Amino acid sequence: MLRKLSVIAAVAGLMAAFAAAPALAAGHPLEPEKIHWSFNGPFGKFDQAQLQRGYKVYREVCSSCHSMKLVSFRNLGDKGGPFYNEKYPNSNDNPWVKAIAKEFEVGDIDSETGDAIKRPATSADRFPSPFPNEAAARASNGGAFPPDMSLLAKARTGGPDYIHAIVTGYKNPPAGLKVGPGQHYNPYMPGDLAAYWSGDHAHVPPGGFIAMAQPLTEGGVTFDDGTKATVDQQARDVSAFLMWAAEPKLEERKQTGFAVMIYLILFAGLLYASYRKVWKNESH
Amino acid sequence: MSGHSTYQPKTGFERWLDARLPIVRLGYDSFVDYPTPRNLNYWWTFGGILSLCLASQLITGIILVMHYTPSADHAFASVEHIMRDVNYGWLIRYMHANGASMFFIAVYVHMLRGLYYGSYKAPREVLWILGCVIYLLMMATAFMGYVLPWGQMSFHGAVVITNLFGALPIVGPSITTWLWGGFAVDNATLNRFFSLHYLLPFMIAGVVILHIWALHVVGQNNPTGVEPKSKADTLPFTPYATVKDGFAMSVFLILFATFVFYLPNALGHADNYVEANPLVTPAHIVPEWYFLPFYAILRAVPDKLMGVLAMFGAIACLFALPWLDTSKVRSMRYRPTAKLYFIIFVVACCILGLCGAKLPDDPVLGHFKTFTLGDADLNSFVWLSRFASLYYFAFFLVILPVLGLVEKTLPVPDSIASPALSHPAAAPAEATAAPEMKG
Repeated sequence: MLRKLSVIAAVAGLMAAFAAAPALAAGHPLEPEKIHWSFNGPFGKFDQAQLQRGYKVYREVCSSCHSMKLVSFRNLGDKGGPFYNEKYPNSNDNPWVKAIAKEFEVGDIDSETGDAIKRPATSADRFPSPFPNEAAARASNGGAFPPDMSLLAKARTGGPDYIHAIVTGYKNPPAGLKVGPGQHYNPYMPGDLAAYWSGDHAHVPPGGFIAMAQPLTEGGVTFDDGTKATVDQQARDVSAFLMWAAEPKLEERKQTGFAVMIYLILFAGLLYASYRKVWKNESH
Repeated sequence: MSGHSTYQPKTGFERWLDARLPIVRLGYDSFVDYPTPRNLNYWWTFGGILSLCLASQLITGIILVMHYTPSADHAFASVEHIMRDVNYGWLIRYMHANGASMFFIAVYVHMLRGLYYGSYKAPREVLWILGCVIYLLMMATAFMGYVLPWGQMSFHGAVVITNLFGALPIVGPSITTWLWGGFAVDNATLNRFFSLHYLLPFMIAGVVILHIWALHVVGQNNPTGVEPKSKADTLPFTPYATVKDGFAMSVFLILFATFVFYLPNALGHADNYVEANPLVTPAHIVPEWYFLPFYAILRAVPDKLMGVLAMFGAIACLFALPWLDTSKVRSMRYRPTAKLYFIIFVVACCILGLCGAKLPDDPVLGHFKTFTLGDADLNSFVWLSRFASLYYFAFFLVILPVLGLVEKTLPVPDSIASPALSHPAAAPAEATAAPEMKG
């Protein structure tokens, strides 16, 4: 028994040592602030007003460089989406969705002549990309390729917390850090700055370089619901919107999960009762 | 355990069928009347849980294939099409992706149970080896399945793993080219992985049938490791084992559902939501969690070929296990020293898993800058993984063979029923009727 206990104690001690070891070796980016999102937790839901504000930030700021090619306009009117309205269960009929789609032009082939044409988008179309191809995108962005935003909130460790931290986290580079042309210092960006750092080698600044300049400005977007458009507010809203874009079925998933859990717990309880009854007179 | 059948056809149709294809008899003998040791604990429910996992993976997988496009240009988008446009596609895909992890959780518990209770010992060697074959097929299937979404981790994981074969002398490069179907991981690779990912699960199902067949020939082991001697030692499979397995399965499903509905991406890697790009290598390529211990063994060895051999050797040890363990006592319940080494083995495997997920040169204890010995920084994950790998191999190749010859074991009970009937909850060591020392 004593031996068993000592093994358990040793294991626990080892685990505690690992847990306590800070992941703050030189060069690692800062940990993004954990934000209390409306969609967190088992009963989380998107805040529709926030998604609408976030869409506006995406539309007016991000979409000039970032594509979102996996999302269709009709998705905006799907259940859980920013412009869902229960009067329009088929999101293709949703007038807000139709109006938004009409603002965009998409490429098509004229069915009469076969010529390449441009036409206003419909709700069935996907969001058109700002650049025709990767080379064009790089040419316009100093060699950097703005990542597609459809899945961004799932494609980065930290998700929406990380996106919020990046767009609000720009800092003036510390003295001794050589920032190249077209580069910006961001302590939340993954990277290793040791090669650009002329200061104390034990204290390389956290983070990395990012080609995107600080995208959000105070009051840069006017929210239709009167919310004050601080940089933090815009960052929160666009991060929430991008989480929706990456995981549009999040609400449906969590709601289904709740029903499944209740079912499974009752089912397990019933089986346990049967087990007790069946084994009642049998030793084991 | 395959005694003579007690199946009695009841209806005219059953009698007619029984004379032509005794399939109902087979089912009855295997899953109703089949005698199971009465003292099986919950560790024995994972066989049933694993069949549930296999069935779930097959069903969700077949549905996914209806919507998936195996092409380097369309695979990533087709997975997102499943997630966004297919009715309940998100549920099917999350069940399949997390189902793989659940399958491995269950198989690791199942294997450790076998290891602890000596379920690989005579006459169950073939049963154990068939299980190892299933595990090997599972690893191949899981690896190829992870490549199919064609994300960054899929692609670069495939590059790293296929390149391992390149370490073999002379034939290595030809083998990798043959595996790739070209000179790099590309469309041809994706298509053959897709084909094999569809084939291997059915091979698993086939070996599972052999595994169950072998099980029904030699009978189940049990926590005492003593073979059932009389009818008092066993109970019919139905309802006793079925209801217990059913309860365990439903509890396991609660864990499964927690991941599917609330943590669907917790076991995955964010980089796999970025489409594969051969020109951009992720900063940190890591396999799925269930491969991490082997990945750590691979990286623990400085030489590539030796690392690959060590990794495959780690799996080969499992196949040889029935002949490596020399103990005459089957269950570690009566082998206190072996039990201690077993616990350390489990901890070593967990440490290897942790090391596999970390950068090799990162410090284990951040508070201490270095702990150098010669030119080796012992406070690094690569050194931790070296110590843990050493223990992994020592456990199979030194501890189990030697310990069986020298250890002092506790008295083993005469039969399952005698201690179980007289002291249902008591420790078996005290409950033995006729103590006998083995060693």
